[in-house]
Amino acid sequence: MRTANRRHPQNGYRMALAPYSIWSALFVVVPLAFIAYYAFTDNQFAFTTENITRFFTATSNIVQEDGSSVEVRTYLLIFMRSVKLAVISTIICLLLGYPMAYIMSRAKERTQKTMVTLIMIPMWMNFLIRTYAWMTILQDTGILNGFLSALGLGTVHIIGTEAAVIIGMVYDYFPYMVLPIYSILAKLDGRLLEAARDLGCGSISVLRRVIIPLSMPGVISGITMVLIPSISTFYISQKLGNGKFFLIGDAIEGQYVANNLHFAAAIAFILMLILLVCMAAVKYVTARYVYGGDEE
Amino acid sequence: MDKIIELKNISKAFDGETVLDNISLDIHDNEFITLLGPSGCGKTTTLRIIGGFVYPDQGDVIFMGERINDVPPHKRNVNTVFQKYALFPHLNVFENVAFPLRERKLPKKEIKEKVNKMLDMVMLSGFAHRRVTSLSGGQQQRVAIARALVNEPKVLLLDEPLGALDLKLRKDMQQELKKIQKSTGITFIFVTHDQEEALSMSDTIVVMSEGKIQQIGTPQDIYNEPVNAFVADFIGESNIVDGVMLADYKVRFGGQVFDCLDTGFAPNEPVDVVIRPEDVDIVKPEPGVLQGTVTSVTFMGVHNEAIVDIDGFKWMIQTTDPVEEGAHIGISLEPDAIHIMKKSKYSGMFGDYSSFSNELDELSNPGGEEEE
Repeated sequence: MRTANRRHPQNGYRMALAPYSIWSALFVVVPLAFIAYYAFTDNQFAFTTENITRFFTATSNIVQEDGSSVEVRTYLLIFMRSVKLAVISTIICLLLGYPMAYIMSRAKERTQKTMVTLIMIPMWMNFLIRTYAWMTILQDTGILNGFLSALGLGTVHIIGTEAAVIIGMVYDYFPYMVLPIYSILAKLDGRLLEAARDLGCGSISVLRRVIIPLSMPGVISGITMVLIPSISTFYISQKLGNGKFFLIGDAIEGQYVANNLHFAAAIAFILMLILLVCMAAVKYVTARYVYGGDEE
Repeated sequence: MDKIIELKNISKAFDGETVLDNISLDIHDNEFITLLGPSGCGKTTTLRIIGGFVYPDQGDVIFMGERINDVPPHKRNVNTVFQKYALFPHLNVFENVAFPLRERKLPKKEIKEKVNKMLDMVMLSGFAHRRVTSLSGGQQQRVAIARALVNEPKVLLLDEPLGALDLKLRKDMQQELKKIQKSTGITFIFVTHDQEEALSMSDTIVVMSEGKIQQIGTPQDIYNEPVNAFVADFIGESNIVDGVMLADYKVRFGGQVFDCLDTGFAPNEPVDVVIRPEDVDIVKPEPGVLQGTVTSVTFMGVHNEAIVDIDGFKWMIQTTDPVEEGAHIGISLEPDAIHIMKKSKYSGMFGDYSSFSNELDELSNPGGEEEE
């Protein structure tokens, strides 16, 4: 057995890999091929680029506050809005998440475990329920406003604004930012921090010159894990934005529900391509300029 | 020589466990001083107190006449070479060495000059743009030394810096460190559990055990005149037998009376007698000499190492003469081969080779090297 394995270490490895290869082929590659196929065909499954051009050219009129209406490229507008909200949410997640991850990583081991669990618990609950919960909090007559007015602070109108959508996204994707950063910071060699102090760094310098650069791999994977799903998110915008902030995910869902499978596939396909290009760019930049960027 | 660092009555406990127990130590300018002891003796804690990473529960740390207990590490004129180097993996060799200089915001040109000078000194000039993770252990070690010296500290702290290197490299680095210390004139405080390393490099050795300083002295002092059984056993090999000091220059052990060079003991005071294995002469087993049976012989290259059973106490003897297992031999001791120590709490714990066996040694220590 032992000699046989040594002579052909590849065989056992391939055998072990086989189920995963088949899985990936069936549930990743084939569906992707279907999306591409649908994106480039019409209802009769004849080749067409019309779905793609429709994404870039379709227009609609938007009534502005002063009553005048302007013509806009529907899907490009939706796409840009998605990107904007996703970027804002990601930045907020990072600004809130990094300090939290850092504080966690310096805490006692028991505290660390408790905090990780607390961050993960919301992820165990269905995200529709979480979104509904935020609706009841943010409504004009909701918990937040009840609380504020009880304190005599008046009320705020949040539901149906971009702010509400961003709050929902930040809440949903926050763990995906904190956990990768935390896992890098928790592994950080304490001796490096001592070495930095030994070599003349005060606390802020240690943070700036050692901790932040060394945690960049965690930051990058956190950003990726928040940005990508929040660009393509849907439902949050419908419920917390009162449907006023139609996002690209909502557009795909809408077309799909309306049985425009080919156009839905085209939007999904374009979105995927754009994300792929962005990811490649991030990878290229980090591999060159950021510590740990070239390691998987 | 001026005192550069004084430790005064330092005590430290972690979680109620005493690690340092009322340590006082003067460290002089320009000296190579080694803190030597087994793991858990408090040597690293002492170093970390000087570096500023551990705050003493009691006592004062004096640096060039000033109390620095409350001075944080980054404001002390002291740098450290850490046990596993602690190089910054996100920076290349040049940037690691330049790290403290950039913190001081020196002009670029000056940084470049200083770093290149340091890299020259540690013989890594061609490696400036290499990643530190691509270097060998010995090279990483040199980067760590260059980084710690580039600020020209008054004192360099070295925490078992050679522990992770293989034997050959370790010997080379010992020479090199000694050379660097001489040429820079910086005070080195070196921590190790390796007694050979301590003997070959140091001007002064501080032997520590259980949070206390056992002995401070030159390598020669420590080896030739150990103060107690712990020091005698920890530094080199020793046979430590019970004896009685009959009068000045007269000691009785093993049923015989020997001439020695020691004075100042009370008449008939029980003492520990240290005899180094290399100071024993093998003679014919005649009446009037210690006699025993050789129980094992190991060929060590330069000499033979024999374990000899003398009245149930096993001695280690190193001799260049041929000896055979089972032989009945006598041993003779010159007065200067005998060193008398006062009884201490370590008496009777060390210096008997009855459980000694090379084979056992290897079995209990399969990796060959012991790491803290």
